[in-house]
Amino acid sequence: MRVRKNIATSDEGFLFNPTTGDSFSTNPIGTEIILLMKKDRTSKDIVDAICEKYDVDRALFERDLDDFTLQLKEFSLLE
Amino acid sequence: MEKQRYERPVILKMNTGLMNKFGTKTENEPVTHIESVPVKSLLSEYGSPLFVISEKQIRRNMQNAKRIFKTRYPKVRFAWSYKTNYMNAVCRIFHQEGSWAEVVSGFEYQKALGNGVPGEKIIFNGPDKTDEDLIAAAKNNSLIHIDHYDELYSLIRLSEELDLHPRVAIRVNMDTGIYPKWDRFGFNFENGQAWNALTRILNSKNLDLVGLHCHIGTFMLSTNAYATATRNLCELAWAAKERYNKMVEYIDLGGGFPSTNTLKGAYLPGTDTVPSIDQFADAITDVVLTYGFRQEEMPTLVLESGRALIDDAGYLLGTVLATKRLSDGRRATVLDFGLNSLFTSLWYEHKISPAKQHGSQTEEMVLFGPLCMNIDVVRESVVLPLLEKGDQLVVHKVGAYNMTQWMQFITMRPNIVLIDKDNNTHIIRKAETLEYIEQLEQIPDHLK
Amino acid sequence: MQTSTLREKFNRPLVIAVTGLNAIDSPGPGVAVIRAIRECKDFDVRIIGLSYESLEPGLYMHDIVDKTYQIPYPSGGTDSLFSRLKYIHEEEQLDVIIPNFDAELYNFMKLSSKLKEMGINTFLPEIEQFNARDKMRLSEFGKKYGMFVPKDKIIHEKRELQKLEDDFDYPMVVKGKFYDAVIARSKDQAEKAYEKILAKWGLPIIVQEFIKGTEINIAALGDGTGNVISIIPMRKLYITDKGKAWAGVTLDDDNLIELARKFIEVTKWRGGCELEVMLTSDGKPYIMEVNPRFPAWIYLTAAAGQNQPASLVKMALGEKVEPFTKYEVGKIFIRYAWDLITNIREFQMISANGEL
Repeated sequence: MRVRKNIATSDEGFLFNPTTGDSFSTNPIGTEIILLMKKDRTSKDIVDAICEKYDVDRALFERDLDDFTLQLKEFSLLE
Repeated sequence: MEKQRYERPVILKMNTGLMNKFGTKTENEPVTHIESVPVKSLLSEYGSPLFVISEKQIRRNMQNAKRIFKTRYPKVRFAWSYKTNYMNAVCRIFHQEGSWAEVVSGFEYQKALGNGVPGEKIIFNGPDKTDEDLIAAAKNNSLIHIDHYDELYSLIRLSEELDLHPRVAIRVNMDTGIYPKWDRFGFNFENGQAWNALTRILNSKNLDLVGLHCHIGTFMLSTNAYATATRNLCELAWAAKERYNKMVEYIDLGGGFPSTNTLKGAYLPGTDTVPSIDQFADAITDVVLTYGFRQEEMPTLVLESGRALIDDAGYLLGTVLATKRLSDGRRATVLDFGLNSLFTSLWYEHKISPAKQHGSQTEEMVLFGPLCMNIDVVRESVVLPLLEKGDQLVVHKVGAYNMTQWMQFITMRPNIVLIDKDNNTHIIRKAETLEYIEQLEQIPDHLK
Repeated sequence: MQTSTLREKFNRPLVIAVTGLNAIDSPGPGVAVIRAIRECKDFDVRIIGLSYESLEPGLYMHDIVDKTYQIPYPSGGTDSLFSRLKYIHEEEQLDVIIPNFDAELYNFMKLSSKLKEMGINTFLPEIEQFNARDKMRLSEFGKKYGMFVPKDKIIHEKRELQKLEDDFDYPMVVKGKFYDAVIARSKDQAEKAYEKILAKWGLPIIVQEFIKGTEINIAALGDGTGNVISIIPMRKLYITDKGKAWAGVTLDDDNLIELARKFIEVTKWRGGCELEVMLTSDGKPYIMEVNPRFPAWIYLTAAAGQNQPASLVKMALGEKVEPFTKYEVGKIFIRYAWDLITNIREFQMISANGEL
């Protein structure tokens, strides 16, 4: 799953989809995940990276990541 | 290296029509303790969900209401509205604070007697009084508030047959300018029905007219309506005095004072719009004081407040069972309590707080109860922190009507715990068990 | 001369917060209020915009509004509004707040003494004055003070529309308790209007007699003790499909001024208000509605020589303001649309951070 190349991300956690004109905001962890996705990291890489950095149960994060990905998809932010 | 605190990733579309997040900060202040008892330990000790009642808050409310009325009017009496919350422990707190009992069925009447309330301090209201109820109430010298002609004639007949001398009042309904008019109870003021009923009583040998009663509605937001009601009752009292030389001992304004809950469909929160008890007291006492009664014939003012005295003393604690995303993208949180325990979620936007500090990120969600029923919704839309399974929540102002209208449906009713004035906890009603639920059931032989 | 006292007293720009920056096709008054205030030569100002939504044009007009903060919707209640205003006050040291929406006024009135303690001044009607002109009590008000008001009925159920047919002729006006009014020409239309307004504004619904005539609006300012500071009557020359004035002209009519004067005097109105008047062909001025705040066309009062918003600022700060005695008749306003250009980043900033 890859974030569309033309999605503009900002340090403040804003996203702008130039294809649709929609703007989004994310929390810091959401921004981090999107940046990893932009670098074409696999789901497993993302899970590893986040679980390394944050105090979170792996299974719980996998579930949250699925839900987050689903939303990105619904917002047409994924390729 | 120590790991950072985790927060679920969220992404929100910036939608100009959305409620901005600056509107809802107060909802997200955690409520970690009820009085001084941690929510967490309450739930681990007594299970989830759990009703919690603060004895201190009840006494504060009662003493406050009494002070407000007594500083304005010399003769005031409160009668605890049993139907609002008839847990015996709760009733006894009100009785200790000097409240009489106000009941609306034989069942409630027996409960009041069981709580040690003397018969003459029980007000018996409502349309449902059997002959047995009427006889018992008359013999106990209770105050019988007559609701309709059928009851009036039953009581006249019974009192003559059995040589009883019941103390009675009539319930009066009227147009106080509010909607809906509660004209299904009592005798109508405007069309003269109330006066007819009064004359019927005043002309009877056995019935002793001691009071006049009304109850103009529930969750009243207009203090004017009480002024109108008081004026109408005073007018009836005056007429009885002038024409029959009979001054009633009391006028009973019933209940109806609101709590600060927010009604569904209300634009502004209840905490901002609900009149204070002081305002109601002003409206009522101004009328009686200036009506023209002589000092010695001033009637006692009776109030049957329920909701306003108990709602904010009750809490419902519960736990998140699951979170999910609905097909339209909305976040949904499933709780271990629903409509079955929290009946008032049908008409209130209950304030709900997280029981611990969460991150600052919030999201809009719908809160569902645990029942397999589509209508089991606790809040249709609420902004709360990012909740996970196992997170605990506190629902505020649930003391009125929930512990009497709750349903044993699909699940069993939970424990009710009272926190006393020294912050000790006591179970005042045990959680139901399968055995308790089934003890009244019987299985026909052919199904055994 | 009183005019220089404010500048001397403060020796710095006054910090004035204004709501209603939605200068859209059915505009809020905020931008017009600011324009009038900025034109006053008696003080300098820093204007703080208070917005509810991210696309209110005023918050992108950086020469009109110096800085904008989002505030919670009125339905959030006074607690959340107060905590937000407290934060804004810590950042900006506000001198005056001028709220401009009907739906928010109740909260601001409730908070006015708490705001005053913090050093923030308002100049709002008392809750009693506010309630007396409420749509739902307008007919009572008219009776009490002998003013013409349309017959109305407050209803809570759709089936009550049926019963109304005895007393009301079509067309009738179906109104929400805060906003919205629909002219219904049949039972079917009345029911549809009922549903639509119910969904948006809740109960109750007000049904009002339809009065035919010429629509006149009057902007008035009272000092709160019964004195009239300014009255400017205006006739709409051109109306949008939402019934809003797109152009209007100041009038000279003693009857209209007398009507507004009587209203201010009997209510002891404090602050700005707009009387919506229908002048029937036989010359009766019916008060259709009283808006408890400045109208969107308020700049016309400044243009005609009676700067109501600036006078309100002075009174809010405790200055004595002498009543205006004359204004220019025949001054016209023509509203126009202008496409303001900004960058997506500004939209994102206000949406996410609530400040711009």
